[in-house]
Amino acid sequence: MTTSQLAAYIGVMAGVTYLVRMLPIVIFRKKIKSRFVTDFLYYVPYAVLGAMTIPAVLFSTGSIISAAAGLIAAVLLAFKDKGLLAVAAAACIAAFAVEAVMHFVF
Amino acid sequence: MKETEKLGFMEGLKDGIPIGLGYLSVSFSFGISAVSKGLSWLAATIISLTNLTSAGQVAGLTIIAATGTLIEMALAQLIINMRYSLMSLSLSQRLDSSFTLPHRFIASFGITDEIFAAASGKGRDITPAYMYGIISLPVVCWTLGTLLGGIAGSIMPDMLRNSLGIAIYGMFIAIFIPPARKSVGVLVTVAIAAGLSCCFRFIPLFEQLSSGFAVIICTIIASAAAAILFPRKEADAE
Repeated sequence: MTTSQLAAYIGVMAGVTYLVRMLPIVIFRKKIKSRFVTDFLYYVPYAVLGAMTIPAVLFSTGSIISAAAGLIAAVLLAFKDKGLLAVAAAACIAAFAVEAVMHFVF
Repeated sequence: MKETEKLGFMEGLKDGIPIGLGYLSVSFSFGISAVSKGLSWLAATIISLTNLTSAGQVAGLTIIAATGTLIEMALAQLIINMRYSLMSLSLSQRLDSSFTLPHRFIASFGITDEIFAAASGKGRDITPAYMYGIISLPVVCWTLGTLLGGIAGSIMPDMLRNSLGIAIYGMFIAIFIPPARKSVGVLVTVAIAAGLSCCFRFIPLFEQLSSGFAVIICTIIASAAAAILFPRKEADAE
């Protein structure tokens, strides 16, 4: 990939991301009336996160087994309302522990 | 009008500390992931500095790695980051009168899930100084973490690097599980999106579909279904 191609990708990414943040706060002064639209927008972040996490999380480490261990640890801690840092750290530690066991035992 | 003191820069800076620490570890994992997909550490760092978002960057990375089209990139960013429009809209209702147009142009760059959540939780009108304060550390940490991950990722043992790759998904899980426990609508949204995402990933028929578009389709179907099946009550809708 050439530098200008890469720059175009990054430019589009950054430009669109900035516009979706900037336009509403600059333009809209009234609340959206349509209940469907507000409800749809309310559910969007959760749909994005669900689609991006599953099944991709299972392929995010060296093996599905260590990834599954990390996933379980993350879900357990998230159920206990732990913060972002604690949940992310627990997922890494659990995955690392399983990777280590697999590396040294097998 | 309340007579309480206006929110200042230092208070924002303080609220940004825990957010920044969280971002440091997650962006480290993004840096590793970007370099493993063939990007330079510099490109990864520029992406983090200019985008300041997790899910959008992960999707963007996938599209760059697959040399997808710019239209696909724009659409994926639009759909994935559309939630920021809602937050931006919500914030616009509670800004202090000192929040003039130039301030809106600058401060809107820093609207993320966590910054939005912290700022809306203040219960007072949001000033430009406060927004700049709360944005500062997270931007520095998000960029720095990516830089470190991009550079150190290549000299780290595989086992350690592999394990850190899951950090960003840990953060996603920490964001969607608590509300999914409290709201059936959110739970169903996540379930539909995850189910569709698995279909796109594992059914051979959908092999041609890029992962960027897969996320867009999953999101639209799951959110629309939830909005129809589980309309929120007036009181929940702020």
